[in-house]
Amino acid sequence: MLRIGCGAGFAGDRLDAALVLARRGELDYLVLECLAERTIALAQLRRRKDPARGYDPRLEQRIEQLLPALSAKRTRLISNMGAANPLAAAEVIVALARRLGIALKVAVVTGDDVLNALTGNERTLESGVPLSTYAPLVSANAYLGCAALLPALATGADVVITGRVADPSLFLAPMMHHYGWSQDDYARLAQGTCVGHLLECAGQICGGYFADPGRKDVPNMAWLGFPFADVDEEGNATIGKVSGTGGRIDLATTKEQLLYEVTDPHGYLTPDVIADFSTVQLAERGPDRVAVSGASGAGRPPQLKVSVGYLAGYVGEGEIGYGGTNALARGRLAAEIVRKRLNGQFEELRVDLIGSTSLNSRSFFADENPYEVRLRVAARAPTAERAAVVGDEVEALYTNGPAGGGGTRKYVHEQIGIVSTLIDRDRVQPGVAILESASHAEAL
Amino acid sequence: MPKLYDIAHCRAGDKGETSILSVIAYHADDYPMLVERMTVAAVRQHLAGIAQGEIRRYELPNLGALQFVCAHSLSGGVTTSLALDAHGKSLSSALLEMEI
Repeated sequence: MLRIGCGAGFAGDRLDAALVLARRGELDYLVLECLAERTIALAQLRRRKDPARGYDPRLEQRIEQLLPALSAKRTRLISNMGAANPLAAAEVIVALARRLGIALKVAVVTGDDVLNALTGNERTLESGVPLSTYAPLVSANAYLGCAALLPALATGADVVITGRVADPSLFLAPMMHHYGWSQDDYARLAQGTCVGHLLECAGQICGGYFADPGRKDVPNMAWLGFPFADVDEEGNATIGKVSGTGGRIDLATTKEQLLYEVTDPHGYLTPDVIADFSTVQLAERGPDRVAVSGASGAGRPPQLKVSVGYLAGYVGEGEIGYGGTNALARGRLAAEIVRKRLNGQFEELRVDLIGSTSLNSRSFFADENPYEVRLRVAARAPTAERAAVVGDEVEALYTNGPAGGGGTRKYVHEQIGIVSTLIDRDRVQPGVAILESASHAEAL
Repeated sequence: MPKLYDIAHCRAGDKGETSILSVIAYHADDYPMLVERMTVAAVRQHLAGIAQGEIRRYELPNLGALQFVCAHSLSGGVTTSLALDAHGKSLSSALLEMEI
């Protein structure tokens, strides 16, 4: 049996839950998934400012905490924390290992950065317009799959560090490596992909992002456990978590995660396989244990998806709050005033009343009478100076707007947009580089 | 009239400007009612002004679940939306307010 744990579901995820997994999970592999859609474009901007950066900002913190436990338990680590600079990430990891006196071999997966391979004539998946419509581009990363990860695992490295890789591939690759599944064994690849998809958001299958007090209760959420899967040679798996940790794993949490962000349950696309989740069978096997089987697969997509980042201008925001009787009406009046003042100055302006309409553009309750509401205005502008006008207008409601406005805040931030395109597989050339800590070399 | 909230749970996810809404019956017995009443037309009406593109519905009897894939529902996409909830994560709660 092969046990794979997930110690991070996004870049900002909790550190302590991963440490519990590393120390007490009896894992063969620990995977840290830390790249959301936009993360790599932001990392690329950091790399431009400093060529030694561009990897996950919490890399040092995570690795320093985890390395002693991983080394003691002989657990291999796989992570996309390399972000826009996997080689620099590997150097940091090796330096940390030296300092901790740990013998370590790190394999770096390269080749996902395809910015220079694009012509600008490629069509986006979102709207079909040429990529050159979106300028300036800051990053373009192909989603690599197991074909890129397997050579890194074959080196016997203790740590495999990558940039952009399809999330489920981070989990499927160790299964393929361990059991020797071939790259056209689509039934097993689909089942392994399904297991990877269930694990990739870490806490979410353990009752994170699930609780609704009184309706869907989750115990001890402050100390939510992170999941692992016990995978057999057919790819069938049982999901579990370390005993004593918070959260719950049952049919309800597993179903929510199985369907999460799946745009076609009959055709879930990764670089490795086209997986069909509609045939998946789930069964509870005791407390916090769910068995997963039955995913089916047919072929793999001919091309790879590419995530492209571009500079999308600046967003300016302003907020102010109102309370007590008639708070909603005063919030609406404040909104009307700002709308009139900013009329025609911005291409796109958004006005929300937090406490009523900010999440879904309208309230789904017929009779609402909140004690407090908060006006929030946002607009996009080509420069930071223009964007700042939004917050200034909201702030001016202090002395010029409705009664009792308080707690103004104003923000300006640069916006990175993301679009996607496809690239032929033969235009992407993954590679592997090996770095070792000195103590490892001495050990050899 | 009962709300969807009483018989099902929901999770929202996103890909670009597409919102993906999973509706899962608490009890398998209620799944046929979801299939019958949660038509694409009914969901489109409930999410009027939000789901502005094509809505596709997938039936998943093995899970007692329906999957709604709603195009053009995230005001320009996660990365360039001006919305506070750019991912449309809270649309799960909005959908559960549906009367069925």
